[in-house]
Amino acid sequence: MIQALAFVVDVLSLGSLYALMALGLVLVYGILRLVNFAYGELIMIAGYTLYLLNGSPVPWLVMAACAVVAAVLASVLTERVAFRPVREKSLTAMLITSFAVSTLFQNAALLFISPRARVVPLPDLFSESLVVGGLFVPIRDLIAVAVTLIMLAAFTVLLNRTVLGIALRAAADNFRMTRMLGVPANLIISVAFAISGLLAGTVALFWLGRTASVTPGIGLEPLIVAFVATVLGGLNSLVGAVVGGYALALITVGINTFLPQVLVDYRQAFAFGLVILILLFRPEGLVWTGRHSRT
Amino acid sequence: MSKPPVGFVPPWASAVALIGLLLGLAVATDLVGSVVLTRFATRLYIDVILVLGLQIFMGNTNILWFPHIGFMGIGAYASAIFSMAPLQKTLALPELYPFLAELHLPFVPALLAGALVAAAVAAAIGLPLMRLSDFPAVITGFAVLVIIHVVLTHWEAVTNGPQTLFGIDDYTGLWDAAAWACLFVAVALLFKESKVGLQLRASRDDLVSAGAIGVNVVAVRWTAFVLSAFVAGIGGGLFAHFITSFTPKAFFLTETFVVLAMLVIGGPATVTGAVVGVIAVTIAYQSLRWTENALNAAQIFERNVAGLSDVALAIGLVLVLVLRPAGLFEWHELAPPGLRRLLSWRRGAEG
Repeated sequence: MIQALAFVVDVLSLGSLYALMALGLVLVYGILRLVNFAYGELIMIAGYTLYLLNGSPVPWLVMAACAVVAAVLASVLTERVAFRPVREKSLTAMLITSFAVSTLFQNAALLFISPRARVVPLPDLFSESLVVGGLFVPIRDLIAVAVTLIMLAAFTVLLNRTVLGIALRAAADNFRMTRMLGVPANLIISVAFAISGLLAGTVALFWLGRTASVTPGIGLEPLIVAFVATVLGGLNSLVGAVVGGYALALITVGINTFLPQVLVDYRQAFAFGLVILILLFRPEGLVWTGRHSRT
Repeated sequence: MSKPPVGFVPPWASAVALIGLLLGLAVATDLVGSVVLTRFATRLYIDVILVLGLQIFMGNTNILWFPHIGFMGIGAYASAIFSMAPLQKTLALPELYPFLAELHLPFVPALLAGALVAAAVAAAIGLPLMRLSDFPAVITGFAVLVIIHVVLTHWEAVTNGPQTLFGIDDYTGLWDAAAWACLFVAVALLFKESKVGLQLRASRDDLVSAGAIGVNVVAVRWTAFVLSAFVAGIGGGLFAHFITSFTPKAFFLTETFVVLAMLVIGGPATVTGAVVGVIAVTIAYQSLRWTENALNAAQIFERNVAGLSDVALAIGLVLVLVLRPAGLFEWHELAPPGLRRLLSWRRGAEG
């Protein structure tokens, strides 16, 4: 019983992070058809911001806010500086640009900070656990789930109740038509990148909380997670991205819990094998979200 | 027979020009005879081979293609296992399966066999993947690269896992690498102008129309993919017998980024672009690497400088994409000096 509960807690806390990551990736993909390879580096940037603020007298929440803001700024700036000039050229050019930006950020971190892991400050609360009937629940996990739920709720209100949100959804559905109807393209794209950065920055606080350190290559794993979750949920659906995130967490925790170590080593290969199979046979995703995919 | 279009250079002429360029570099390097320069040039020819392989697929399909370096890795590991002496294998790969442990091939057969393994893997997984275009093709390519990397990292019996595979004989010399590079220049040019190459380029320019005139897109893409994996396998084998010890990390995103940058900067649609891109990027990239090393040796900064060359390469790549998105050689292949004028003069005389 306790093991089952621990399993559920693991899936929910990991799934929350995965869901937010996938959402940030799919939001930009929906509008630009760009899979942002530099997305994982936003987590790295948030991490290094925390590292640089380490030891300053401000409370941790302020540092965390700065880290999230740094991720948002980096996201919006990369769009403005790198993606916008190649946007009209070709999809391949935009994808290669995002790969280049990812390499640029990683190597800038190598060059200006260090190739070695750096410690990030975390609040004491993050290392404490709640004991409920013999079950240890890290408080960090509970906060992650709570924050995710709040953000998803806010995001839902934004998308459904505000003009900006409706414009965003329209742009994700048919970008060209939306532009013709007078929605400023650059504004919508900037907002999408800002939200994407906000989601990545928020995830970063909890992602870094697991190891309490940041390295130049830290962005690869969350990026891969977001890729897989996005494909699981169907590339064109925001709801699908969230469901895909939780589904991937279920698969990941399931593999870690039930399979022998030999196979756990290969779990990334399985995840990506699954991605290939889904793209081949069910490109609309495993999760039915009531809308057909477009090409 | 219909006349070729204006500005068309027959593939043999471009081959002469490009092979002349590569051989000229090799002769010059040989005459100078410096060890550093020879290693620099050998590495350059290996990169030429890798980028040519990438051009065969990516240039003719315009699909951003990630798994290429994975096939280089397969070729590197396979050829190393084939060429390593059995005694050395008991040290480097103690858990290797008996039939592989006893196998011992000379350099060139090992190289070819390694490349055939890479091509066979591509042939086996290729057909379903070739159905996809646009973003799904890119992400499946990325998925294949990750899967190959995971397998290379964890198949300890064959690859020594994440640890270094060492003790490979130093077979790859300057002229080996140069000869293979020249061969593949000719192969890439002939492939581009072959029936399959033309069909492939038609499907690149307009997928639906090409299908409508009877191009079997999946089949022509598959052919290009297998050929490209074979070339990558040879490149990997030459790399293995040049560097003599490596880990699976050598065949992942860093290397992928470098070869992609070389091809995109040079111009993916032309073989000339592939060759010139490698030369241009290698010179810039290696100069920065040497600068890094010199700075570190002189201890000007308190900690080691790393990543400068990659930062510069990333910025250069974005600049090329913004300013000249089709690369340095967008359309025309290199021709021997004067040939283009000669051809247009002949056209004038006939017409």
